Amino acid sequence: MLTKSKKVIDKIRFGLLSPDAIRKMSATRIITPDTYDEDGFPIEMGLMDPRLGVIEPGLRCKTCGQKVKECPGHFGHIELAMPVIHVGFAKTIYNILKATCRGCGKLLLTDDEVKKLREDYKRVVKMKNNTAAFAKEVVKRASKVTKCPHCGREVLPVELDKPTTYREGGRKLTPAEIREWLEKVSEALGDDLRLLDINPEVARPEWMVLTVLPVPPVTTRPSITLETGERSEDDLTHKLVDIIRINQRLQENRDAGAPQLIVEDLWDLLQYHVTTYFDNQTSGIPPARHRSGRALKTLAQRLKGKEGRFRSNLSGKRVNFSARTVISPDPNISINEVGVPIEIARELTVPIRVTQYNIEEMKELVKRGPDPKLPPGIVYLPGVNYVIRPDGRRIRVTPENAENVAERLEVGSIVERQLQDGDIVLFNRQPSLHRMSMMAHHAKILPYKTFRLNLAVCPPYNADFDGDEMNLHVLQSEEARAEAEILMKVQEHILSPRFGGAIIGAIHDHITGCFLLTYGNKVFSKEDAMDILAAAGYRGEVKDKMTGKEIFSKILPPDLNLEYKAKLCTGNEEECKKQDAYVIIKNGQLLQGVIDEASIGAFKGKIIEYIARKKGMKEAREFIDRVTKLGIAAITKIGFTTGIDDEDIPEEAQMQIEEVLENARKKIQDLIRAYKEGELEQIPGRSLEETLEMEIMRVTGKARDQTGEIASRHLGLDNSAVIMARSGARGSMLNLSQMAGAVGQQAVRGERIHRGYHGRTLPHFKKGDLGAEAKGFVSSSYKKGLSPTEYFFHSMGGREGLVDTAVRTSRSGYMQRRLINALENIKLEEDGTVRQTTGEIIQFMYGEDGIDPTRSIRGKAIDADLIIKEVKKE
Amino acid sequence: MRNPKIKILEGIYVAKMKIDILKHTLVPHHEILSAEEVEKLLKAYKIKKEDLPQILVTDPVVKAIGAKEGDVIKIIRRSPTAGESVAYRLVVRKEII
Repeated sequence: MLTKSKKVIDKIRFGLLSPDAIRKMSATRIITPDTYDEDGFPIEMGLMDPRLGVIEPGLRCKTCGQKVKECPGHFGHIELAMPVIHVGFAKTIYNILKATCRGCGKLLLTDDEVKKLREDYKRVVKMKNNTAAFAKEVVKRASKVTKCPHCGREVLPVELDKPTTYREGGRKLTPAEIREWLEKVSEALGDDLRLLDINPEVARPEWMVLTVLPVPPVTTRPSITLETGERSEDDLTHKLVDIIRINQRLQENRDAGAPQLIVEDLWDLLQYHVTTYFDNQTSGIPPARHRSGRALKTLAQRLKGKEGRFRSNLSGKRVNFSARTVISPDPNISINEVGVPIEIARELTVPIRVTQYNIEEMKELVKRGPDPKLPPGIVYLPGVNYVIRPDGRRIRVTPENAENVAERLEVGSIVERQLQDGDIVLFNRQPSLHRMSMMAHHAKILPYKTFRLNLAVCPPYNADFDGDEMNLHVLQSEEARAEAEILMKVQEHILSPRFGGAIIGAIHDHITGCFLLTYGNKVFSKEDAMDILAAAGYRGEVKDKMTGKEIFSKILPPDLNLEYKAKLCTGNEEECKKQDAYVIIKNGQLLQGVIDEASIGAFKGKIIEYIARKKGMKEAREFIDRVTKLGIAAITKIGFTTGIDDEDIPEEAQMQIEEVLENARKKIQDLIRAYKEGELEQIPGRSLEETLEMEIMRVTGKARDQTGEIASRHLGLDNSAVIMARSGARGSMLNLSQMAGAVGQQAVRGERIHRGYHGRTLPHFKKGDLGAEAKGFVSSSYKKGLSPTEYFFHSMGGREGLVDTAVRTSRSGYMQRRLINALENIKLEEDGTVRQTTGEIIQFMYGEDGIDPTRSIRGKAIDADLIIKEVKKE
Repeated sequence: MRNPKIKILEGIYVAKMKIDILKHTLVPHHEILSAEEVEKLLKAYKIKKEDLPQILVTDPVVKAIGAKEGDVIKIIRRSPTAGESVAYRLVVRKEII
């Protein structure tokens, strides 16, 4: 069990460990590279010394005397025979060396300059500006000096040979010499180290050259025992073994007075091992490898990157009270609800505090146990999995002890009740790209094993049901529940902050259904009208004979007044009115116009937006629930189907298309002939070849449009596929013309396909053939089927599309990550300013105008036209 | 302003070739706030001078209106959504000059 810490973190100070500090915190010095003896016991002063902490259960720590989970582990240390550079500070050391004199350790700037810098530094700190940039400038200036202004010593240029070798005037500096130099610097500079962005209170430059190496506790590098009984050590332990071995050899050789060359080689080797111990991906040196050839995972690798400690264990954690499963649609639940399988509901719990007011009720609940007996006709009753007593003890409720636990329930206990209908939960689908990717729903416990969601919430989650999975989280505190209820519920997100319009609305069949219902002047019998309206939840009077528009009007708010162009509308208002594509709603009556995507669709729905703004989110949610059910009822009543025969066109149309394609071919041949004979008129700024390509692309584009036009002339609104395309339910007229007419020119990188074999795209063509077919024009339709060469070109174009999407998603993902990291500390204050969490002002008024885009009208603060209309009428 | 004579070609000097950038359409209106106004501003937003957005003394507009380090400049921009939007900036030096 976790014990709550009473300590509160006030601040965190980052600094360097001094050799003394390392020795002081060390539990033992480590001298032997061996870990365990033959009997399997850890060797004293070895890397697995029992004073470094316990990893085997049952044993007690030799340093603190605590057991496995209580002992945090203790550091040891290795005394290095010779000092080595700490790679992490190689750059910092380099900067210090460049900026200071080796003779006297002072900054290579005159006293006057330093005095001025001190003042500048103070100002930089006061203005909360970047001290690192300041230090960089100091180094830049100091490194230009060739003679020390203090002691007159000639300054030799210092170079850094990555990763850890320094040269002064071409001569190699040993880490020992660097340490001496740095010591001089800390001595001479004192508080002026701040000018180099170093806080002398917590870090002295010479500590960046290691003389003592801390050995992390065994708890950070636990060894694992394989099934065979074999011990396998952590990568860090392996690396430490290497360091101790070389350290020992270096010491022995040096003490024995071995030749300088050998000592230096060993010293370099020690430097290599210490460097890779910190970071095994240091550029310029080969990574240290395991015997199997796998690169070792050392300190930096544990922390860095997506799988590192920060991004995967600290910024993001796995959580309790969550569930994940496949999603499937349920048109009968509200958009505010989510269907939760019984199995999941039994596992997820809501904590309820027992008070004097609810104790009897809670006792009854606990009595049920974790798997309540169900009265006939009831499919689910919530039980209780755990009871937490006031003393913090957690008691598992079983069918056996349920009665007993219930009896002894007291005020102050917490009952962990299983999920029940109406509990508020968070529902999420990755990638969570915007705030609508995680919304609050009311749980509805249902049979079977999938999460159920209303179809209208698919657009904000970008979900479909081809195997998508989603996550669900149960809130555990009253505050969280209240926030979710007020801020996160689906109905609060009908309007999107992205464009200030509805993002939740009818899709696919809902739109087709409403379109069929309201298009033309269909008349429904009383019985049919009642069926449709009952499904939509309408309770009230129904006339004997009703038109579709009258039926639709029944679910509109009675005081709704709107006028706009429908999706069906293609031209100006006059034309639209003729086509019944201009919607007029007066006092909640649909007088004219057809209901399609522009009225009720997600992203577009005018009626939804209007209701959400004028009547509030609750009304809007109810309207969406109603209109989707109405659409489904209408489409079921009227009947709807689509098939490949929707793209059938008459013989004569086929002939016309053939003719258009033939003409295009001829035109292209003419262009090519003109080009070859040099008669082609060049477009200014283009080469002759480019001119030809452009002309041909124009001809092929036009040919496809013409075939599409011929095809659509024979496909009217009695055609299911056309109904879907024109109403905005699914597909486009372009899709249809590609199915019925011709697929058209395939392109890679915006040009006709031209690469492949020498001088031609495929061996089916003659070299240098510039004709339509040889360069990727597909004159067949999808319905007719593509020829082998056409199929190949089509695949080329298709592949480019796939690659583009893949590249786009990864790139935009990275961009979003960087944006989030840059903006995470910015917040909107109560006075309308946008500030950093430290108080600096970013904007004096949010977005210049202080307008919440969610509440804007498609980006505008007010809808002037609508206001004028409303005022005029009243 | 400081250097009215600019050498554009060998042997040819043109006096005051500079155009007044403050008259350019893309340059919003800038003005220097008086000490009292600054006081009022800082009080209104409950901030210190350092919390204001900054602008360099070397900025052409700052030079043109003759603001000095430590001055606060009021900028009035035209905005398609807000009509006019007001922002303030503190004139600062580069970290080291």
